[in-house]
Amino acid sequence: MRRYFGRKLLIYGLTFFVAVTVNWMIPRFMPGDPVASMVARANVTRPEAVAAMQAYYNNLFGFDQPLWQQYLNFWAALFRGDFGLSIWLFPTPVADVITAAVPYTLGLIIPSVLLSWVVGNWFGAYAARRKLLDNTVLPIGYVLTATPYMWLAVLLAWGLGVLAGLFPVAGGYSFSLRPNWSWDFFLDLLHHWTLPFLSLFLVALGGWAIGMRNMIIYELESDYSTYLAALGAPARLIRRYAFRNAVLPQVTGLALQLGVIVAGALVTEIVFAYPGLGSLILNAIKNKDFFLLQGTFLFIVLGVLIANFIIDIVYVVVDPRTRAGMAGANA
Amino acid sequence: MSLQVSELRVHYRTLKGEVRALDGMSFELADGEILGLVGESGCGKSTLGKSLIRMDGRMHHVGGRVVLDGRELPIADDRKMNDFRFREVSLIPQYAMSALNPTRKIRRMVTELLRSRGTTVDAAELERRMNQVGLPREVLDRYPIELSGGMKQRMVMVISTLLDPSLLIADEVTSALDVSTQKAVARALLGFRDSGYVKSMIFVTHDLALTHHIADTIMVMYAGKLAEKASADVIVKAPRHPYTRLLLDSLPEVGVRYAERRLEGIAGSPPSLLDPPKGCRFRDRCPLAGDECAEEPPVVEIAPAHHVACWKA
Repeated sequence: MRRYFGRKLLIYGLTFFVAVTVNWMIPRFMPGDPVASMVARANVTRPEAVAAMQAYYNNLFGFDQPLWQQYLNFWAALFRGDFGLSIWLFPTPVADVITAAVPYTLGLIIPSVLLSWVVGNWFGAYAARRKLLDNTVLPIGYVLTATPYMWLAVLLAWGLGVLAGLFPVAGGYSFSLRPNWSWDFFLDLLHHWTLPFLSLFLVALGGWAIGMRNMIIYELESDYSTYLAALGAPARLIRRYAFRNAVLPQVTGLALQLGVIVAGALVTEIVFAYPGLGSLILNAIKNKDFFLLQGTFLFIVLGVLIANFIIDIVYVVVDPRTRAGMAGANA
Repeated sequence: MSLQVSELRVHYRTLKGEVRALDGMSFELADGEILGLVGESGCGKSTLGKSLIRMDGRMHHVGGRVVLDGRELPIADDRKMNDFRFREVSLIPQYAMSALNPTRKIRRMVTELLRSRGTTVDAAELERRMNQVGLPREVLDRYPIELSGGMKQRMVMVISTLLDPSLLIADEVTSALDVSTQKAVARALLGFRDSGYVKSMIFVTHDLALTHHIADTIMVMYAGKLAEKASADVIVKAPRHPYTRLLLDSLPEVGVRYAERRLEGIAGSPPSLLDPPKGCRFRDRCPLAGDECAEEPPVVEIAPAHHVACWKA
């Protein structure tokens, strides 16, 4: 058990190291000079003033140091929880900008991932072996799962937002409201949350339902199901066993899909101008905001790694065979 | 009479048409009798075993009756058959190694299975029976993957017979085992009969030699029909049907060196059951075949309890 988790942690640690390094590299090797654009924003024309401002900013952000020094500084700051100052929202610390955006992203991703997984699995299991459902609803699942997130998002925004006028198509809450703890604000939040949630939920739902349908048919035809049926066990018991075993690959699937879902959520946020991490990334790129970009990426990488680790633990709990595998590795 | 099967016909639905896997089988099985059912692949022996407990989706009952202890088995009605399964007819499947749910501990699986059938586990009895086949009680608290193939096989044997069925169908139970384990399994099955856990048993196999050790009666099937049925000794020592003789001749004998003499198989292959030929189905491969064989031979009792379907017997 310890060896298994030790190995897992090592892999996660390595992934984190590589991710941080790549994360540090990307903005620095991206074309464009953020300091120049900041100075340009200040509308200063006197050359000596420009030079002084550039020197000040370069020093402030540490760009005057050699690259390797910048890299080491980056790691040191990381462990202090210091992501630097945002260039776009200068001088707000990146950590604050991210903290303000994270609740929106988590509020979107966690319910859509979990609900689509649970509902998709349940529905797929239900549709399997029911010819009518299998022939009508599952084809829709195929279409849904093949739909890109942002495309469905655009369709929903157009159909339910613009044409039907049922839902707002942009923002996390109405521009006329200030964030507060009132019931009105909460309802407004929920109203704005519905469309982005739906687009994420629907795309993922189709995939899980199809996966589950195929898995459960396989399990219902497996030897242990046939044996139970031969001993006259009721269909309820057989289906329960089949579902339990068919869910296992779906758990793995969830771990594999997590990165894709997060990426999809980010793009969806942009479509709906939802004030989460996705919109932050877009703004960070537009404003060549290294630090914000790095901070956001880092946060996403950490989130995905942690979620994967949780799934690893869940898997060990639900599948006795992985536990036996670990015992074998120890022996 | 414990089991009476009369004129049983079971066909498979395929894209090419009906495959007549069982084409009018009739036989009887007495209380306490172990019937060895032998024949080559595709002769219908597994189909017969399945028909008596649970037909799969492609099989359908065309005609004939099965009566067990005076009650007719509704073999064509999957739902009604549930009342008889496990309690009256039980099965040790061919795939015993993978017959247990891999994600349930065995104790829990047995408990859930029995509860779903409306009974509870008698823990002492279960352990006593496990002990009888050499399984320690700790096995109950393990997952199937933690057991060896032989242990799983024995566990399935214990589970299948837990409700003391009248008829047990053991379908190719020894096929996947090595010779020493085969013997242990065969002995355990005999023990089950002698302890009264099962009244009678149909032992489906292609291994004539092993059948001889445990069966009281051996029934040889060919192409969906009964070829010969007699007591085990008679079948092995004095077979009358040419197919049985050839089957016995094709067995290797211990101590014989086959370098000098080629081991003879039976030339040719069984007829297609999609559209079986008229007359005796073994005619094309039979060394004795004559003109009368163009007509189908009836099953005749040529000596007490010795049934043969051959004009030349």
